Amino acid sequence: MREITIAPLSAIPAGEGRNFEIAGRKLAIFHTRAGAVFATGAECPHRKGPLADGLVGGSVVICPLHNWKFDLASGKPLLGDCPIETYPARLNEKQQIVVSLP
Amino acid sequence: MKKQNLVVIGNGMAGARAVEEILARGGGEIFQISMFGDEPYGNYNRILLSNVLNGSQEESEIFLNPLDWYRDNNITLHAGVRAETILRKSKVVLADDGTGEPYDKLIIATGSSSFIPPIEGLYASDGSYKEGLFVFRSIDDCREIAAYAQDRGRAVVIGGGLLGLEAARGLQKFGLEVEVVQRVGHLMNQQLDPQAGAILKSTIEKMGIRVHVNANATRALGTERVEGLVFEDGRTLSCDLVVVAAGIRPNIEIAKRSGLAVERAIVVDNQLRSISDPNIYVVGECAQHRGAVYGLVAPLWEQARVLADHITGANPNAAYHGSKVATKLKVMGVEMAAMGVSEPQDERDEIVQFTEPRKGTYKKLIIRDGRLIGAILLGDISKAAYLTQAFDREAALPEDRLALLFDLGTPSKQVTVEEMPPDMQICNCNGVSKGALVASVKSGKKSPRAVMETTRAGMGCGSCRKLVTEVVEWACGGQVEEDPSIHYYVPGVPLTKPELIKACKEQNLKSVSQVFRALAGGKEDPASKPGLASLLATIWADEYQPESDARFINERIHANIQKDATFSVVPRMPGGVTNPEQLRRIADVAEKYKVPMVKLTGGQRIDLLGIRKEDLPNVWRDLDMPSGHAYGKTYRTCKSCVGTEFCRFGLGDSTSLAIRIEDLLKGLDSPHKMKMATAGCPRNCSEALVKDFGVVAVEGGKWEIYIGGAAGSHVRKGDLLCTVASENDVLKYLSRFVQYYRENGKYLERAYGFVERMGIEKIRAIVVNDEEGIGERLENDLARCSAAYRDPWKNLLNAPGPNRFNSLLTVIQ
Repeated sequence: MREITIAPLSAIPAGEGRNFEIAGRKLAIFHTRAGAVFATGAECPHRKGPLADGLVGGSVVICPLHNWKFDLASGKPLLGDCPIETYPARLNEKQQIVVSLP
Repeated sequence: MKKQNLVVIGNGMAGARAVEEILARGGGEIFQISMFGDEPYGNYNRILLSNVLNGSQEESEIFLNPLDWYRDNNITLHAGVRAETILRKSKVVLADDGTGEPYDKLIIATGSSSFIPPIEGLYASDGSYKEGLFVFRSIDDCREIAAYAQDRGRAVVIGGGLLGLEAARGLQKFGLEVEVVQRVGHLMNQQLDPQAGAILKSTIEKMGIRVHVNANATRALGTERVEGLVFEDGRTLSCDLVVVAAGIRPNIEIAKRSGLAVERAIVVDNQLRSISDPNIYVVGECAQHRGAVYGLVAPLWEQARVLADHITGANPNAAYHGSKVATKLKVMGVEMAAMGVSEPQDERDEIVQFTEPRKGTYKKLIIRDGRLIGAILLGDISKAAYLTQAFDREAALPEDRLALLFDLGTPSKQVTVEEMPPDMQICNCNGVSKGALVASVKSGKKSPRAVMETTRAGMGCGSCRKLVTEVVEWACGGQVEEDPSIHYYVPGVPLTKPELIKACKEQNLKSVSQVFRALAGGKEDPASKPGLASLLATIWADEYQPESDARFINERIHANIQKDATFSVVPRMPGGVTNPEQLRRIADVAEKYKVPMVKLTGGQRIDLLGIRKEDLPNVWRDLDMPSGHAYGKTYRTCKSCVGTEFCRFGLGDSTSLAIRIEDLLKGLDSPHKMKMATAGCPRNCSEALVKDFGVVAVEGGKWEIYIGGAAGSHVRKGDLLCTVASENDVLKYLSRFVQYYRENGKYLERAYGFVERMGIEKIRAIVVNDEEGIGERLENDLARCSAAYRDPWKNLLNAPGPNRFNSLLTVIQ
């Protein structure tokens, strides 16, 4: 595992997600209203919808294209039949988002 | 924390269901559960006993919770043990085998027993029933009847209700001659009126069962063995076997002995607790709530949910408010549905009735103030699902009463849900078959919503939802779970729209995050966010505090997301009128940003498709036109014909009226999108009759206003609201109707659904006749929201928020 500092938390408005290119991968990073951060694969496994543009509530994201729904922590589908990849994410003491990649 | 002891007296459908609901709410962590059951089995579906008797199902098929279930859930089951007394002071239940179970909380679910009418000579010399006399209530009764019925001649069933008729049908299978005796004048008097009862009687007699009505048995013949019955009027009927199925009586002895308040059954409060003891809950047929005792399964499910919500603390405010009873039955192969009252209650009530006795078809509706308060359907129940829903939700009924009884104008014979092949596609958007829906029900999903969420059926355009609901109800065999969230405005906040509006106003809630904090225990439901944002904008107008995360991407970025994550851009073009200068600018933008497709929309505008997120700000700047709102749950567009300026038929200036309408409504949030049209003459080139709101110019300087039309996933001709004499009047009634819809429509309910649900008379009374005196207020509130409009593209260019238009960012390190 290696840790990569992505961006200050303020780069993502609360309750939304943004896509980042990280070491050749495209990841969606989410900043929830509760102040938590999550990192997942950027695309919905269904029809490649941009998850970062989805609605986020609690630790759930809804894909904007066809409403597939995923748990951001586990990647498990809550609506749909295929999971998404997740990566450990945290905030460091400078309020920056840090993601661990394998 | 040490677990509390929860003791349940009764292991029938109510007791076991209450425990299931408690476990589903994490009750296994709170309670150590033990249960007493009279019968030495797990819990079975008593409703299906008649199938066991007639041989169409095995005993093993009707078990709901086999003994393993109790072990797996760590429940101590005292099977075949009868609870005798509740020592309420020391909080212990004593049973007939000497067991004592201490409790912190107790649930009484003792159900009921067969009612034995006062007939002389039912008992043998040893005090037990005479040989050949049976009740019909349990698996053991079934077994005994089956064993005795072999090689007998004639059986009499006392009781012409549901259970009696089912028992009669079962007995017929043993080759017996079967007669049914009913004390009152017609069969199934709980559900049917005399006319329906008479039709049912002749249908049943055709099957070879004789029915005697007004037959009050007073004495049983025979000394040790039953040999016949004597009736009040002197008639005699000889027989070898008698089954008593003359109704049920709640089992309330233990409650009486323990000093709980008992009337017809054990009296409970809205939390299903005995009014005498807050630690004792009561559920099912032995509970009496607001004077009502229910003997059907649906109310019992509702009670079990409220009980579980309350006892586990999952929802301390949970309350039971009684049930509206609607049943769908199949008695001896005859389908019937009954709900509410069976006779009119006073002169206000209107009866709509159809009889075709020879075919055994009977339909009767009782309507009060345009709403269904009772119905009986016999023989043909194809409209049962629709009527049950209308009854349950107290929805306004269509003016055309015939359509309530029949599916008129359908091209071919309606295929019933039962007849549909399993591979038939029900949801054409997501390709879900009947078989997939049934499989989902079998895997434990018992409500239409739960099935839709797992199969995705009905989650596309939504036009199949009614059919999906019917399939689910059919597959559940009448045990469908009512989903309370269908009454909520959004699923994530447990309030109806009026309640929610009231709470937001009282508590001054102006942003979506405030609503979740104040009204949903801080639990954010992402799917509920856009509906709440729309409502808050409606309530607060310019005081609404927008939060971009509460909006669907289209309304965050004011463009329409496409399948490849690009966007489409539609500039505002009121009335569909443009000019060379605008067209030139649009053409320049299309070239400069290499727009892959330029297309005319259905709403008379120009769509630039396939624009990258990054390019949106520059596209908007170069267009220098306001947003056309072609992407939101808002007012969309007002289509118009050319009106009077050039058209040789034009009677009214539809184009300038369309521009005035757009100016008033542009960008307004509403429960769903609103599409409108104005037509300059009755030729209706702009298709105003199939719009959410449409106006048609007619001779004499008048305009006809139509509301509730549709021509998308659903097709409906709008209802004529009124005819007015000026454009100003059009705008007045438009304002009132739109604001009324914004305040009362459920989220994602199109105006056509809203108009059907409320009924055109009600809307006319409010909007045109101003019977509630709110007309002016509605106009003012709409005007205030209209005045709060700012072009969202300009807004976003001024204050986009962090990285709003970046579709891919690079990392710091």
